[in-house]
Amino acid sequence: MAQGKKSIAAAKSKRNGRSLDFWGYRRENGRVGVRNHVIILPLDDLSNAACEAVGNNIKGTLALPHAYGRLQFGEDLELHFRTLIGTGSSPNVAAVVVIGIEPQWTARVVDGIKKTGKPVVGFAIEGTGDIGTIAAASRTAQEFVQWATEKQRERCTIDELWVSTKCGESDTTSGLASCPTVGNLIDKLDPLGATTCFGETSELTGAEVVCAARAIDKSVQKKFMATWTAYNAMIERHKTNDLRDSQPTKGNIAGGLTTIEEKAFGNLQKIGHKTKFIDVLKPAEEPTKGPGLYFMDSSSAAAECVTLQAAAGFVVHLFPTGQGNVIGNPIEPVIKLTANPKTAREMKEHIDLDVSGILRREMTMDEAGDALIDITIRTCNGRLTCAEALGHREFVLTKLYQSA
Amino acid sequence: MTTHFIVHDKADTVGVVVVETVKAGETITGWVLEDDSTIKIKALDPVPLGHKIALGDIKKGDTVVKYGHDIGMASAPIGKGRHAHIHNMKTKRW
Repeated sequence: MAQGKKSIAAAKSKRNGRSLDFWGYRRENGRVGVRNHVIILPLDDLSNAACEAVGNNIKGTLALPHAYGRLQFGEDLELHFRTLIGTGSSPNVAAVVVIGIEPQWTARVVDGIKKTGKPVVGFAIEGTGDIGTIAAASRTAQEFVQWATEKQRERCTIDELWVSTKCGESDTTSGLASCPTVGNLIDKLDPLGATTCFGETSELTGAEVVCAARAIDKSVQKKFMATWTAYNAMIERHKTNDLRDSQPTKGNIAGGLTTIEEKAFGNLQKIGHKTKFIDVLKPAEEPTKGPGLYFMDSSSAAAECVTLQAAAGFVVHLFPTGQGNVIGNPIEPVIKLTANPKTAREMKEHIDLDVSGILRREMTMDEAGDALIDITIRTCNGRLTCAEALGHREFVLTKLYQSA
Repeated sequence: MTTHFIVHDKADTVGVVVVETVKAGETITGWVLEDDSTIKIKALDPVPLGHKIALGDIKKGDTVVKYGHDIGMASAPIGKGRHAHIHNMKTKRW
């Protein structure tokens, strides 16, 4: 099946006479990126200051400070490493400088990223101090950025594109039009061999059975229900009320969403009508079953979810919003669409695609899906998204429980 | 003709207002996506953009239906044409 999909796309994928080829960066491992970042990646919170100093010294590099990395253990530690290694391994990243407080865990991140074949070097602060580390790391970062900036984009086909989706500050217009627009794109790109991903485990509550029915077979269906049940059990364990103060969010409620069930059915519109999901991924886990739609176990908080999807190797993100979530990601461009006419007007600088015409019956769902494909290809070709232009770089690691 | 509200599925007991203001007493036009039909209803409350309006009388404890599915229950009676939201609806989960 995967091979069949690939041959269709290889036969010059076109829609409405327009090529779906795009200009991307082909990396050492064959994967295709749409950005060319050199990142300065801290192993832990203690190394943020050094990373930011290197990012400031060497123009064109990007430091990714975060809050964690000390005394984590078990599955939570595995997720920490998977997210950092995945972030460095993203095809949107050309080269990586890793800085950690000590050499051993730093080396673990470096070795993980090295498997992609891209340039990566690690530096440890203990025994050297910040200033010496910053000097040495800055020299490497300068070499990397001068090397990376000579990389050229080349023509790539739609079956080489990995697209993730997650919505935020949703309202009822999301379920009516902006989420179904993403669903329309997925239904169109899935047969052409694109690799796509949705997540938000908790936010499928109420629609979990309907979602499970969209699994490709019984074993994937079972895996999905087990994942959803475990997440829901975690919520039941920690909740102090019916989550009325957090899920739906205050913004969701202002936008007319009343219950988690209503929010879940709107959310699910993002996977279209026809496409089946072919596997369930752990947070930040890279897909291994070839082209198709994947479900990733994830939080429904925007930055956490997008950070995990980017770390799994997805290179462009589709983000429907109702009330106007402003999220971006440092390495994965986030394309925002809204069907809320008020948001499109009042928060214009955050919206890459306005599909409010659907609600006025001025635009069909098919036209909206084509418009989203168009802006996605343009973004892949290099157009900065609103979130990129505005400097939104939310890099938020998911933490499963307290550190030891 | 302006579409004031949209209904996902014929079985739905609520519709979503898609214009920026609906005033109490206004007769408004709805578009049912499932069969592309048009319905009219008199709004008894002002209903903001994106908020729901009851398409029939909903009794306390009744399941509220949207997308053709259960989206929670009425925590208070919701008369036809009334604004349906957190003051008269709640989740059945959590």
